[in-house]
Amino acid sequence: MAAIGDEDSITGLLLAGIGHIDSHQKKNFLVVDAKTPLSTVEEAFQEFTKRKDIAIILINQHIAEEIRPLIDEHDQAFPTILEIPSKDHPYDPEKDSVLKRVRRLFGE
Amino acid sequence: MSGANSRLAVFPTRMTLSVMKQKLKGAQTGHSLLKRKSEALTKRFRDIVRKIDDAKRLMGKVMQVASFSLAEVTYITGDIGYQVQESVKNAQFRVRAKQENVSGVMLPVFESYQEGTNANELTGLGRGGQQVQKCKDTYIKAVETLVELASLQTAFVILDEVIKLTNRRVNAIEHIIIPRYENTIKHIISELDEQDREEFFRLKKVQGKKKEAAARDTLERESRQAAEGHVDEATSKEIETEIDTGVLDAAMAEPSDLLGGDDEDIIF
Repeated sequence: MAAIGDEDSITGLLLAGIGHIDSHQKKNFLVVDAKTPLSTVEEAFQEFTKRKDIAIILINQHIAEEIRPLIDEHDQAFPTILEIPSKDHPYDPEKDSVLKRVRRLFGE
Repeated sequence: MSGANSRLAVFPTRMTLSVMKQKLKGAQTGHSLLKRKSEALTKRFRDIVRKIDDAKRLMGKVMQVASFSLAEVTYITGDIGYQVQESVKNAQFRVRAKQENVSGVMLPVFESYQEGTNANELTGLGRGGQQVQKCKDTYIKAVETLVELASLQTAFVILDEVIKLTNRRVNAIEHIIIPRYENTIKHIISELDEQDREEFFRLKKVQGKKKEAAARDTLERESRQAAEGHVDEATSKEIETEIDTGVLDAAMAEPSDLLGGDDEDIIF
């Protein structure tokens, strides 16, 4: 599992024990705050999607919103991208790329 | 459409006809099977979609609770974010993928499990240890929900793909392959009929020619016999020539008669 999110979300997820640092000192999580440049997020996302040991990528919805083109581009089943709500940003089902597809399928 | 009137380039023989009929039958069976598969998958797909919808809403709530418990921790212990991030070594919470078979489609199902020791044992040792523990449990539950949701989502993506593929195959068989076989069969049948008619006509022609030849033979024999008889009996040259011309006339008339009518008694 990998995670991209704000500090609070990451802290919580790490408390649950998903954090991992491999032998190359690479983390499987990225803390994004207001100062993190978009390119860092994009790089991290692309690295996570390429890694073989990651099956699920958790990403905060407001961050997902920023790299939406990348997420829409990712059409493989592995790894699964899961948009999670964060503390400061309430969850909006309308923006989720998977739910959007669901709605399109039902023609709503 | 390209497939509407096309047919396979085959030699029209009876053997090819039976092969084509078998193939058409096979295509029809395959079509019905694929159609059933697609229906089964679609049913499953709808289930998953409904579950995803529910799970996404549930996730919203669970994450809210989890965030709240983290806020409690922050309130009591102070900011533990840095400490938690630094103490990460090996993942304790991991997932493994199992496979589930739905009408021949392998769907991955994620399964979470705990491994190794707790990296944050000492977090909140000073104060708020209980809250930290509670927060950890809440987050573990939340992540479990997330894992469940992730497996649903993966199944969704894979099923979507497979359903599209199956429907494409169903349509291809229905609109291209089956018409093509039907056209081929029709073509072979018409070709075979054509050959039959040709053969019939040819045989008729041969029969006609044979009859013609036979009639000429009998006439010649008769005339020869008649001539011999006349040589024996009659000496008048006038009568002989008269008969000769009559016989010749008859010989001329007979064959055309044979060619024209008398079809009823020709048996093949």
